[in-house]
Amino acid sequence: MSFVEQFLKDARVMSNDLRHRKIIRTALGNYEIARDKRAASFQNWQGARQLAAETKWEAVNHLDKYLEEFVAKIEARGTKVHWASNAVQAREIVLQIVADKKASSIIKSKAMTSEEIHLNDALEKAGLNVVESDLGELIVQLRNEAPYHIVFPSMHLTRDEISELFQRELGSSPTNDPEELTMIARRALRKKYLTADIGITGANFAIAETGMISITENEGNARLTAAVPKTMISLIGIEKVLPKLADLALFLPMLATAGTGQALTCYNTMYGGPRQPGETDGPEEWHVVLLDNHRTELLADTEQRDALHCIRCGACLNVCPIFRNIGGHSYGTTYSGPVGSVITPHLRGLQDWKHLSNASSLCGACTETCPVKIDLHHHLLQNRRNASQSKPAFFERTAYRIFGFVAARPWLWTLAKKTGWLVQPLQILVKGTPLDPVKSWTHTRDLPVQPRESFKDWWRNRK
Amino acid sequence: MSEREKIVGRVREALQEKAHRPGTHGHPRSAATDSTPRQWLPLVGASLDEQLALFTRNSVELKTNFILVNSVEHARQALVRLREAEGWQRIAGHSGDFTNAICPPLNLPFLRTDRAYDVNELEKCDAGISECDALIAQTGSVLVTNRSAGGRALSVLPPHHVVLARREQLLTDLPAAFELLKRKYADNYPSMISLITGPSRTGDIERILVLGAHGPKKLTVICF
Repeated sequence: MSFVEQFLKDARVMSNDLRHRKIIRTALGNYEIARDKRAASFQNWQGARQLAAETKWEAVNHLDKYLEEFVAKIEARGTKVHWASNAVQAREIVLQIVADKKASSIIKSKAMTSEEIHLNDALEKAGLNVVESDLGELIVQLRNEAPYHIVFPSMHLTRDEISELFQRELGSSPTNDPEELTMIARRALRKKYLTADIGITGANFAIAETGMISITENEGNARLTAAVPKTMISLIGIEKVLPKLADLALFLPMLATAGTGQALTCYNTMYGGPRQPGETDGPEEWHVVLLDNHRTELLADTEQRDALHCIRCGACLNVCPIFRNIGGHSYGTTYSGPVGSVITPHLRGLQDWKHLSNASSLCGACTETCPVKIDLHHHLLQNRRNASQSKPAFFERTAYRIFGFVAARPWLWTLAKKTGWLVQPLQILVKGTPLDPVKSWTHTRDLPVQPRESFKDWWRNRK
Repeated sequence: MSEREKIVGRVREALQEKAHRPGTHGHPRSAATDSTPRQWLPLVGASLDEQLALFTRNSVELKTNFILVNSVEHARQALVRLREAEGWQRIAGHSGDFTNAICPPLNLPFLRTDRAYDVNELEKCDAGISECDALIAQTGSVLVTNRSAGGRALSVLPPHHVVLARREQLLTDLPAAFELLKRKYADNYPSMISLITGPSRTGDIERILVLGAHGPKKLTVICF
């Protein structure tokens, strides 16, 4: 089944799943209330968005300079930096470190980059025990599922489903108390932190000025992942760079506001190196893997370069009417929702993923909510244009050619207008069959009946 | 050619063509607004009283236990009351002016994490007691580094994190926190800097708030 067929099938099933829609509506309804309250506490949220967009613009449009600065600073403190052009190289780098350290167990804190390169599969195939430590990520890992949402990985599940999962996978007793369920995960993971050989993290920002990464989280799992194991690996997209440490004073509260409706998430932590002389804990070795994986191709597209400003807050998913109806898994991509529909064609091929750009009402809610002002819905339009320019569909090309021919000839246009109502009944004969030229419209809607009198005639005759 | 040269090369080539300024939908517009974060972030009152009141309100919302006392002696008493209330058997901490002055009356086995220690022992402690670099009124946060607060694990592994701070350590807002970091550490930053905003939490099950996901279930700030 092709990607588009799979997408249409899954989207159809999910949008008819009323239970799913109810869960998502409740969760995201509460999110919107919290986010609006936070955004309103800013002196001026729109001013903050503009400054954030300009800061990211500066970083992304001088990426070479800031990357070099980041790497020079972070290497000076004893961190080993690796560069990966693609997913295969990134996986090989991590596997090599794991082999060098003779590691057997790995604890991970949430990293979308690791989902992007399918790191867990590779590590498990190499015989390693890999455990996700973020509660939502742990839940979807135990279900052998991809995260449903880039910020709320398990938001599609109810407490009963999670309880059943924990009974089956962790041998816990049944409970429908979210607190008790969280404590089950806490107890199960405590031992893992203390015994893991390697901790793997992502990063939300990379600070050029001081050579640090910044990790945003609520649970403390990333803090522990970066404190206890002897070796730490951080997997970071090259676009994560910010020029200055003080830029975080803006980005941390904006990420929290847009992401979860918090003023600040519970832990925002900056790491500038492995354990330094005189320090008593933290990893002895720290490896930072910088991942390109088609990001430079997106960078080369000046029209859509601002998609690299994305701070992965998930706000555009939360407000998207498409996401809220078809759910995160239907996309079949690592990054779902509007930003996923914009960048996936760049990361994984335009023709295979162009359907995502059509799965949009172009309402612009994503653009309006984006904390770094990415022009998301215009980029969806540009993807549509690029897709049809590079490979125009035969039917569309023919239809528009005929339309152009008719529209350029007023007499023919008038004739078509006057006789359209005569031809239209013929469509009823083929309605819904492959012969129907407007099948995808009439599949779920009626074709409006063409009136006998045109507007022009009506205007002329009304006196 | 190394992978580094290849990637940086691709970046340079991509950047040869300029992109339009952000937030303009592709239309040219006047130069960058040249603003600073402080102009846009939530407003904070100028006086210490207003800032203490804001930190207190934020603590209530975050479920941080904020104890404001008037002397070191009262801070000692507050800590002893916590020991009694929770039945602490052993605690962890580090050496510092405040911890040395306030912790001894607890009279409990004290694991120090500012010298070589066993993480398994730390895990068995009932509370971790640390100092901090600053408190931040705007967000109700505690700013710690591994240098000021006994390493990376002390503030996150035990089930209860107790912070000892003086009133003078209260800062207005996040920009002030980053100014302090720059002033204090300049080119010799600690390898970990953390803004702790409330006790550890998660909403991953039906978006219902649960405290103590992986980090401390309780955060107490004793300010004197």
